[in-house]
Amino acid sequence: MKYIDEYRNFKLADKLSRRIHKLVDGDSRNYNFMEVCGTHTNTFFKFGLRSLLPKNIQLISGPGCPVCVTDTSYIDNSIRLAGLKDIIITTFGDMMQVPGSHSSLYEERAKGCDIRIVYSSLDALEIAGHNPSREIVFLAVGFETTAPTIGIAILEAKRRNIKNFFIYSAHKLIPPALKQLSEDSDICIDGFILPAHVSAIIGRDAYDFLKEFNIPAVIAGFEPLDMLQGIAMLLNQLKHGKPKIEIQYDRVVKRKGNKKAQDILKKVFAVSDAEWRGLGNIPRSGLKLRRQFRNFDAENYFKIKSPRPPLKDKKSCLCGEILKGKNVPEDCRLFARVCTPENPKGPCMVSSEGSCSIYYKYKT
Amino acid sequence: MCLGVPMKVVSKRGDKAEVKSGETKREINIALLKDVGIGDYVIVHAGFAIEKINKERARETLEILREMQP
Repeated sequence: MKYIDEYRNFKLADKLSRRIHKLVDGDSRNYNFMEVCGTHTNTFFKFGLRSLLPKNIQLISGPGCPVCVTDTSYIDNSIRLAGLKDIIITTFGDMMQVPGSHSSLYEERAKGCDIRIVYSSLDALEIAGHNPSREIVFLAVGFETTAPTIGIAILEAKRRNIKNFFIYSAHKLIPPALKQLSEDSDICIDGFILPAHVSAIIGRDAYDFLKEFNIPAVIAGFEPLDMLQGIAMLLNQLKHGKPKIEIQYDRVVKRKGNKKAQDILKKVFAVSDAEWRGLGNIPRSGLKLRRQFRNFDAENYFKIKSPRPPLKDKKSCLCGEILKGKNVPEDCRLFARVCTPENPKGPCMVSSEGSCSIYYKYKT
Repeated sequence: MCLGVPMKVVSKRGDKAEVKSGETKREINIALLKDVGIGDYVIVHAGFAIEKINKERARETLEILREMQP
């Protein structure tokens, strides 16, 4: 497959591995790099990159898994909506098994609720078009990669004057979460591997605030050579001077990002505070529909309220600490014993990009 | 969730395009991009093209890696 296979070339991976070993040769210190995005965690394990890196480089998984950071009350509210008369819930697949306080969308579907998995928000809009007597709610979960696509669906719904289509937004923004992590003195991060496709939308310049913290950062693609080159670039930064924000994935990511997508975001969404599972409330880190699109806003139409204070996770579930990079899945007492992909207790095990799910898949 | 797949544009009409990768063919929306041409490779996410692949930069990356001394 073009633009995929070339970046999985083993000879080049081996070369990069040797370069990385050379860069840390003789170092007694550890390097902790946080890969923000779940897709990077997946690449790291899927391609066995651990074996190509020296022992003193540690990769920490960050909160870049939108399903993992969706809080319990969102799931509970979605389940409540699913139970209403004439409702069709439409959602991306990986939301189905996320546990709420008492149930999950998967279980509710088994009980007879009309809950459908869609690949695109436009598919949800089509369902609304074909079912005029029903009310279709799309669970809008995702970061800056996904939110513009929902923006297009909303604009299309408005253009076609569709009255029975709603979105329930759980959209979140990556930079505010990174800022919060950088400010946390508990965390020891020597560098960030920044997400590939969020960055394709927001651009390298959106991370300029990281300069204040003097943390090196590299926007790396999702193929193995991309990650290895990204790690080499971080090491080079640490060894040779001032930390900066570099683009490794320059075949896709630009300094200013995708302006058309950014304009769609600004047109359709307003920034709001948001509750992140594990990280708590982060100001100005979420997206809500603007007033002129309130007819498509499920929160407005169905009068959805979020509990204050927010619900806490089950006591032994370490998802929160894992998302912050403070613990690894194996530190959690529930991991692989009580909490498995068949019976997930927390979001990190449910989502295909959750740390626990990935550790379980590749380590056992 | 950040997952995006490089796919080749084989036809387009208005805001829609047909893209291909290996044996997989799919119809996607290209409204988030300014000018997409047949033969372009785009990153596909949730039914949309979110960015074009810069073929020159792609080539350069691989060239740098090939010429790199380990």
